[in-house]
Amino acid sequence: MDIIVCLKQVPGTTQVKIDPQTNTLVRQGIKNITNPFDTYALEAAIRLKEQYGGKVTAISMGPPQADEMLREAISLGADEAILLSDRAFAGADTLATSYTLARAITKIEKYDLIICGRQTIDGDTGQVGPELAEMLSLPFVAYVSKIEEINNGQMRVQRMIEEGYEVIEAPLPAVISVVKEINVPRLPSLRGITRAKSAVIPAWGAKELDADQDRVGLAGSATRVIKIFFPQRGKRAEILQGSPQSQVASLVTKLRENGLI
Amino acid sequence: MGIRVDLDKCTGCGDCVQSCPFGVIEIVEGKAHISEHCTLCGTCLDVCSYGAISIETAHEAAATDDNHQGIWVFAETRNGNLKSVDYELLARGRELANTLKAELSAVCFGYQISDVEQLIAHGADKVYLIDDPALANHQEDLYLSQFTRLIKEHKPEIVIAGATALGRSFIPRVAAILKTGLTADCTDLEVDTEKRLLLQTRPTFGGNIMATIVCQAKRPQMATVRPRVFKKKAPDNERMGQIIKVDFNKEGVTSRTRLLNFVENLTERVKIEDADIIISGGRGLGKAENFHLMEELAAVMGAAVGSSRAAVDEGWIPYSHQVGQTGKTVCPRLYIACGISGAVQHLAGMQTSDTIVAINNDPNAPIFEVATYGIVGDLFEVVPLLIEKLRDNLL
Repeated sequence: MDIIVCLKQVPGTTQVKIDPQTNTLVRQGIKNITNPFDTYALEAAIRLKEQYGGKVTAISMGPPQADEMLREAISLGADEAILLSDRAFAGADTLATSYTLARAITKIEKYDLIICGRQTIDGDTGQVGPELAEMLSLPFVAYVSKIEEINNGQMRVQRMIEEGYEVIEAPLPAVISVVKEINVPRLPSLRGITRAKSAVIPAWGAKELDADQDRVGLAGSATRVIKIFFPQRGKRAEILQGSPQSQVASLVTKLRENGLI
Repeated sequence: MGIRVDLDKCTGCGDCVQSCPFGVIEIVEGKAHISEHCTLCGTCLDVCSYGAISIETAHEAAATDDNHQGIWVFAETRNGNLKSVDYELLARGRELANTLKAELSAVCFGYQISDVEQLIAHGADKVYLIDDPALANHQEDLYLSQFTRLIKEHKPEIVIAGATALGRSFIPRVAAILKTGLTADCTDLEVDTEKRLLLQTRPTFGGNIMATIVCQAKRPQMATVRPRVFKKKAPDNERMGQIIKVDFNKEGVTSRTRLLNFVENLTERVKIEDADIIISGGRGLGKAENFHLMEELAAVMGAAVGSSRAAVDEGWIPYSHQVGQTGKTVCPRLYIACGISGAVQHLAGMQTSDTIVAINNDPNAPIFEVATYGIVGDLFEVVPLLIEKLRDNLL
């Protein structure tokens, strides 16, 4: 069972605040982290390897700094890691990103399952998984919350939808995207950390991938960002004063006046 | 390829450093240095007074394929029923179509679909309908082949779909086959009539930043749209339109994925997406058992129960109740947030609610920035009083 996990290094945006004076993001203390949804993908892959044997390869498209994230993936249990890095990859939208990942996966050649996180916390698109599946002509299942069984080249998984969950069977190789309900990621082991330090992580560029220059990075992107702005927040709340009793009484009055109750 | 700073022109003034929403520019030895985390958004290009920053592209925006015409809305169904997001998309799609003087079509797949003519009453000029037992289970491989075939045949210039579990899963695959651009989870759509461009606005960075995105050269321009951001309009049952029944094309089409079972989520008494009133609980509730307070209040008001991500992460309530960037977007008439501080990612899912009430013991909680009315206090004191008062009122 050979598994490829797609990872992305993102800014740890949970700490991001907007400076009210300059209306820009407060950047102090923002570290780069592994996209949280991808950590569930990696954990799912490692657990499958523990259960069925095989190999886990972590891949990431990003700047050279993403090497540190891939080492972390090795410390957690990935067997190999490959960095896809090239100035030509910069400015990629999901279409160009999935093409680049698809080229790398084609070059890796041997795989049974490709696992992605449901979306990244910076772009929030959730499009790379399905676009990648299509470029590889593989079946795709989104929002997987449980991998029930893998048997005879078939997987049986649970996937979340608005109304509940579905149990779906699909032949391997396949691509899935996972949600955080699937597992609780482990911490790195001491042995893993040692292994990660000495691991050789190859960096593949457009040449190594034999990629069409017109389909990677900004050139290969169909979409362009033309404007960036900060969301408007409404006026501050009218704070209801007094004892809890009178606060509640004035709330009920206001709701009734507005025809809400 | 990429972004360049002309070191001769750069004065090191630092305006670009301030402007960068991603914080990737710094002044090194008196010149702007842009790190490799740059997303090429181009914000700094406009603020540089010296024209020192440029983005190189190999060949900018090849001529658009002008054969594409009309706006398409993918109208999702479940168990033969249209979804409310269909009407929301038609409401906005109609406005965009009028602005562009284009035709609006709905594309509807499923089995034994009722009320198809409602798509016309809500603004469609044409409905392409494939009603076939093969599509009963909403298998994405089949949706994919049928939708792609129709797009190739009729060449719409714009295609929009709901950013639902189904839409966000299969629409990207359609875009990948057509090798065109797709913008995920949009919260606003406008059009540039001159260039016939769809201006697609969406939150990124967990709702911290809004980005407007265009697809310049490729057609169709495609977007998924977050449910509940556009308001549906009252139907006009006199509206004329055409329902075009299309045969399900079986040729070489089998679904590789197979639906074995569906387990419905029964914890939601009232679905939060459809609720007029939502009572939402967060970390301030302290433990799972305390959600009964939310349920009691909800029962008195005929409301649904929602929650913040924190409460779901703690395992106090199932994910299906989560409101926010990675949960559901809701737009009820009344949203009551109890013990929710109001992280940006939560606000992204509820700030368009008509009236918002926040109950929180921290007067500085960001939830008060978006709330209509706020009560600074202990929710364990306030909520029981509110329940009591509302019960009295009903008697």
